[in-house]
Amino acid sequence: MQEGRALTPTEINRDLLRSVLEPPKWFWPVVVILTLWVLVGVTVSGIMINRGLGVTGLNRPVAWGFMITNFVFWIGISHAGVMLSAILRLAKAEWRRPATRAAEVLTIFSLMTALTMPIMHVGRPWRVLYWVFPYDFARGIWPSVRSPLVWDPSAILTYLTSSTLFVLIALVPDLAVLRDHTTGVAHRIYSVLSLGWQGNARQWKFQVIAGVLLSALILPVFVSVHSIVSWDFGMAASVKSWHSTIFAPYFVIGAVHSGVSAVVFVMILLRSMFGWQEYIRKEHIDALGRLLIVVATGWFYFLCMEIIFGLYGREADEVAVRTMQFMEYPWNVLMIIFAGITYFLPVALWLPRSFRRNLWIMSLACISVNVGMWLERYLIIVPGLARKQVFTFTWQTYMPSITELLLILSTFGLVSLLLLLFSRVFPLVPLYDIKEGEFLRAKVQVGRSTVPATIRED
Amino acid sequence: MAKRPLLGLFDSADRAADAGDALKKAGIAETDYDFLTDAPYPEGAFGERAEHHRLYIYPMIGAVLGLTSGVMLTSMTQMAFPMVQGGKPILALPPMAVICYEGTMLGAILFTIFGILFESRLPAGKLGLYDTRITQGFIGVLVHCEDAEHGKVSGILSSAGAVEVKWENARAATA
Repeated sequence: MQEGRALTPTEINRDLLRSVLEPPKWFWPVVVILTLWVLVGVTVSGIMINRGLGVTGLNRPVAWGFMITNFVFWIGISHAGVMLSAILRLAKAEWRRPATRAAEVLTIFSLMTALTMPIMHVGRPWRVLYWVFPYDFARGIWPSVRSPLVWDPSAILTYLTSSTLFVLIALVPDLAVLRDHTTGVAHRIYSVLSLGWQGNARQWKFQVIAGVLLSALILPVFVSVHSIVSWDFGMAASVKSWHSTIFAPYFVIGAVHSGVSAVVFVMILLRSMFGWQEYIRKEHIDALGRLLIVVATGWFYFLCMEIIFGLYGREADEVAVRTMQFMEYPWNVLMIIFAGITYFLPVALWLPRSFRRNLWIMSLACISVNVGMWLERYLIIVPGLARKQVFTFTWQTYMPSITELLLILSTFGLVSLLLLLFSRVFPLVPLYDIKEGEFLRAKVQVGRSTVPATIRED
Repeated sequence: MAKRPLLGLFDSADRAADAGDALKKAGIAETDYDFLTDAPYPEGAFGERAEHHRLYIYPMIGAVLGLTSGVMLTSMTQMAFPMVQGGKPILALPPMAVICYEGTMLGAILFTIFGILFESRLPAGKLGLYDTRITQGFIGVLVHCEDAEHGKVSGILSSAGAVEVKWENARAATA
């Protein structure tokens, strides 16, 4: 894991602060394009609030559609941060260094984006306050803690708060570097944000402990978040194909699958956008590709089990939904596409080492996984609801409206915009982590070959 | 007499460690000097003092407070509006456990963050004697000593290989 050349602290500062101190020429034009893209979403949201949910394709019984699909999708992406940062930090995996911050920041922005989806989905967003927060002291009416729809915000807000604080604590030493490299107003702002960081032994000791301790504390929250999201579905006894005990682990591993794929794609983008070839190296993408093979296969196992669990009881209603998913057009075609692009195609692409080190192929595989995982959530939500009622005359299918489509597309613009703006103000690769990796670098002579190695502190 | 800081800048970890050894030998207390770096060096790399802390208590206190808040929130709100749903008890443990769990974890994490900042002595009101070259890979040896000792300490740092020794009123001695 030490393929690149040795880097000096000055080079690391110069390269990794480039996005903040010398933004590339394309930066502001891209920001303008993304802002316009987001404004499309804001406009359609306004139309939706003004006209009501009638402008969407939602109906009875399919009351959950694209927005809830997108909500689950973004929650899934948010799991990348903890997966990479916490697990790899605890395992002391050397190749985590360039990936952690981008993954953690992606967690925050995708969680924030995910939260907007159910808020828009309720039609009258201000009413969410009534349903979620216990504040109604005057009338004595409180949110029902027995509802998974109340568990959900409690888990997501816990995860969002924890992830944000995790990122901010890890940013302090890098903010001190920015303080030392800026002048004027920027210097004053970074001075305040860096909290008077000096970099003494005590501060570094707690910075290292913070990484490990917070990783250990956030991991159980990370598992709980997608488990609870899965219970939005799993607890609904009346919806066949949803009411399954396997949903929690199945959702968690699915989230990791899509999240890590998204992080790989973001890392490839950062590498080419900011010229970080020395930091985000092909060996890192290769390692993530190998990890993804394991995660994808674990996810595929749960997918098979979920289908087998559903069919094993041979309940007529459940079999009817499954028959629809696998036998009826267009669901059967979507199912084949979904399985192909989420597992078979990407895993086939990740198997050869030369493919894992080809950034175009890795990008294709990671985008393929994420399109597939979006489709997976759609294929869970809509067919289940379409056959929710016992009488055939209440069966209904779902066709998203252009409003929903534009809203969903704008969320991708929003996450990209937030990431780009973050990179303009804060470094997206942790400088001190890279510097630490540099002085722990070593070479070991084994016979006639020299093996790159890393000294690890226990 | 009040102690004032003195900062020696070194371009290598070995020289900074040598300076630490020389300061110890000269009778400067371990609590009076510190090493400033731009990355977390392995503990004891400069022969610095061991740092003691009680950080592990913070998440426990936070977890207990978070759990208590979770139990109060779930039980008191349900008791305030006791509506039976699906024939289940008003205070049903499985759903309460979910909120209590999140409360526990949130409390533990918030208190850990507070503990990290407190134990790191952050936010520090004033940066104090510092040099921006520290974030470019130089190692700073910050010594707090009485005015009478400044000459001696400055000499120790210079002979250990400091590229520059500076003190608070910005007077600097370049080696």
